[in-house]
Amino acid sequence: MTLLAVSGLNKRFGGVVAARDVAFSLQAGELLAIIGPNGAGKSTTFNMVGGQLRPDSGQVMLAGENVAGLAPRAIWRRGVGRTFQIAQTFVSMSVAENVQMALISWHGRVFSFRSRAETLYRLEALDLLDLVGMRGDADRPVRELAYGDVKRVELAVALASQPKLLLMDEPTAGMAPKERAQLMELTASIARQRQIGVLFTEHDMDAVFAHADTILVLVRGEIIASGKPDEVRANARVKQVYLGDMGVEAAMRARRGRA
Amino acid sequence: MDPAFIVIQSLSGLASASSLFIIASGLTIVFGVTRIVNFAHGSLYMLGAYLAVTIVPMLLEVDRSLPMFLLGVLLSALIVGVIGAVMEIVLLRRIYHVPELFQLLATFGVVLIVQDLVIKLWGAVEIPGPRAPSLRHGVFIFDQRFPAYELFLIGMGLVVLGLLWLLMQKTRFGVLIRAATQDREMVGALGVNQAWLFTGTLFLGAFLAGLGGALQIPRVAVNTQMDISIITEVFVVTVIGGMGSVPGAFVAALIIGQLQAFGILIFPKITLVLVFLLMAVVLVVKPWGLFGKPDAAAGRAILPEGILSLKRFGRVDTIIAGIAIAVLLALPIVGDNYMVKVGIEVLVLALAAFSLQFLIGVGGIVSFGHAAYFGLGAYAAGLLVTRGGMAMEPALLLAPLVAGGFAALFGFFIVRLSGIYLAMLTLAFAQIVYAVCFQWVAFTGGDNGVVGVWPSAWASSRQVYYYLVLAMTLAAIIALRHAIYAPFGYGLRAARDSAIRADAIGIDVGRIRWFAFTLSGAAAGLAGGLYSFSKGSIDPTMISIPMSVDFLVMVLVGGIQTVIGPVVGAAAFHSVKDFFMPLTDFWRLFLGLSIIMMVLVFPRGIAGATSALVDRKRSVTLPAGGV
Ligand SMILES: Nc1ncnc2c1ncn2[C@@H]1O[C@H](COP(=O)(O)OP(=O)(O)OP(=O)(O)O)[C@@H](O)[C@H]1O
Ligand SMILES: [Mg+2]
Repeated sequence: MTLLAVSGLNKRFGGVVAARDVAFSLQAGELLAIIGPNGAGKSTTFNMVGGQLRPDSGQVMLAGENVAGLAPRAIWRRGVGRTFQIAQTFVSMSVAENVQMALISWHGRVFSFRSRAETLYRLEALDLLDLVGMRGDADRPVRELAYGDVKRVELAVALASQPKLLLMDEPTAGMAPKERAQLMELTASIARQRQIGVLFTEHDMDAVFAHADTILVLVRGEIIASGKPDEVRANARVKQVYLGDMGVEAAMRARRGRA
Repeated sequence: MDPAFIVIQSLSGLASASSLFIIASGLTIVFGVTRIVNFAHGSLYMLGAYLAVTIVPMLLEVDRSLPMFLLGVLLSALIVGVIGAVMEIVLLRRIYHVPELFQLLATFGVVLIVQDLVIKLWGAVEIPGPRAPSLRHGVFIFDQRFPAYELFLIGMGLVVLGLLWLLMQKTRFGVLIRAATQDREMVGALGVNQAWLFTGTLFLGAFLAGLGGALQIPRVAVNTQMDISIITEVFVVTVIGGMGSVPGAFVAALIIGQLQAFGILIFPKITLVLVFLLMAVVLVVKPWGLFGKPDAAAGRAILPEGILSLKRFGRVDTIIAGIAIAVLLALPIVGDNYMVKVGIEVLVLALAAFSLQFLIGVGGIVSFGHAAYFGLGAYAAGLLVTRGGMAMEPALLLAPLVAGGFAALFGFFIVRLSGIYLAMLTLAFAQIVYAVCFQWVAFTGGDNGVVGVWPSAWASSRQVYYYLVLAMTLAAIIALRHAIYAPFGYGLRAARDSAIRADAIGIDVGRIRWFAFTLSGAAAGLAGGLYSFSKGSIDPTMISIPMSVDFLVMVLVGGIQTVIGPVVGAAAFHSVKDFFMPLTDFWRLFLGLSIIMMVLVFPRGIAGATSALVDRKRSVTLPAGGV
């Protein structure tokens, strides 16, 4: 069955159309990239799939069930893990505790008053941190980490609930080019191994074209092209409005420099 | 109902709405620009009234005419405006970047200082003001007499609204105020001299408060409780209207004026309750008020103000805790009766402060009305024993249940909000409880409260009661502390650190915050119950805003980033209060100054400062997170 099938998704903010009839589908083990200039509606789309935003209309079918409009935690329970464009972590906790918290929730023990949280699921948390290469920093406060490392921790947190679908909004923002490639390779291999579907967005075109199975180009809330990387690269309209536009590329470089 | 009567009633509603609007517009403008909720706005209003009862009669001596009256009102308001500007330069300017809790506390410090100064200057007896010449008569509307001055007030409200509109639209100052209200950073980016903008805004806000106060003198005798009673009403107006919105304040004042005018016919004693209920409903439907907008800062990941790391109990800590418990156990044996009394009070307050820290430090839920739950526990226990004929033991069991029940009810609304709106709603609920206990004289004894709340025979000696209190407070504190370290406490902290992340890993943020609020309320209720038996009586001061502030100060003194600090804070605060208060007429002044000093130089409290020292010695100074 199709893991994720989105159709007719719409969202406006006042006069701004952030998503117009967005539709796509994603299979287990597939990597789907959404690309587009700043303000295209990428995060909006992620947030509608993840439950952070309620779509004005449209369907988000997750393994055959419409989850549009459900609370994030309800969507999480159905097997969706995610990372955010601006990393969201528990800044007062250590790296390991961030992952442990996710595991505590996964095991349904948030409302427990027995035992100390610090000792719960520590080994599992360390394994997950090992996977993303952060085990060495397990006991550091997460607020001390470099931004790229925080993104890695977020990935471990998202993986803690053994999701079927991963949503990654700019997972490599703030990383050095080499790190980016590594993280994307890691994500791709985890996805293939565990048959997780990955929806991600990136401003780094190398990462996108190297790893995505399918690419969706979003401009001003509308999908203007979609297909295999080669097809998208060859698409005249995409070249015109996006990839070929020197201004955009320069802006993207500036943005990367800032991040 | 008689239509003439309805017209008269709604006109008098309009007159109070007018006064409310004049005052509230000042608060909301100041908030819009500075993002500070100025608790002292009520004090500025009171100063306006006191200045007017001093200045206006002097001018009327010269010439008993309406222009003289108005001149006196205007002069008073101008003086208050200057006081506001001075307040900005001396205090507010230093606290724009501290967390909201500290801002609220610091401005409450000003409230305390002004209270003592007013009593010193004008005395504690209320002062009736002069009537306004040429406006002393009544106007006949549908054969009903309506005071001309009230009509004049309605006109004043409209005049102020019009002038504010002109100011905001036509002057550079007004345009800057609007720009700053919408986006504070932008004003800085435009290269505007912010210092003057802020000082000017405070002048304007204080002027409006003073004007509102000065205009009251023909209507009410000026008294020293005016500040607190107006500030809660004005808070409600600005919150319902949307903080920062002048039109919002106008609409909200109109609604509340009418609600009071007609509510008084149906529920004569509890119009305040109606008003607060309206606010609760508005906030649930529109969390930023009718005309407010979400703060741009909301949702940004910043380091929360509260507990940032949980340390294990080390050897040193165990030794210190052991010594403390040994001292507490030995106190009735080595100490005299007075020390035992103080010991009981400290233990009770320590539990209350600890339960508040559970909310603030762990949950990030800044409650400005924690005394409500303390008071509900005290009233539950006291009334069950005196009116219900119950014994101490079941009453002590029921006290936390009643307080917890109310905390669950109020908390249901409260935990949906955040930041300043949350603090305002906790304050509002606390004022409802206060108002009911104060006004329901037949049941609660009103202002005097109820006496004869004595422990059972076996616990009637101070020493025995002390041990009972020690056992119960220690058990409760240890249990709460355990909860902080348990998955529940981590979940609560997770919800505080990043609600978005918590929700995305399946934590029900609303539910965990609600549960914590209830738990904390119950613990405070237990403290209140124990307190009522130690005093032998209950009275509304246990629920008042100053009591809530005392709890906050204890948390602050102890250190908001520490787990056990508030217990130390309670001991330190209560000992100092107990020692100094009988010695001076200026306790509030002293307390107010101390709060301000603490916010300015010592925001991490005693325990926080000690652990910072220890940390520094270990030289693990690390940059604050840039996440
Ligand atoms: N909460 C909101 N309120 C109002 N407008 C919003 C909100 N969120 C997004 N928008 C607007 O919707 C449009 C799409 O924003 P979105 O964040 O989805 O873009 P994006 O493709 O993720 O951009 P970026 O590459 O900068 O992350 C933008 O014009 C943005 O200003
Ligand atoms: Mg985005």
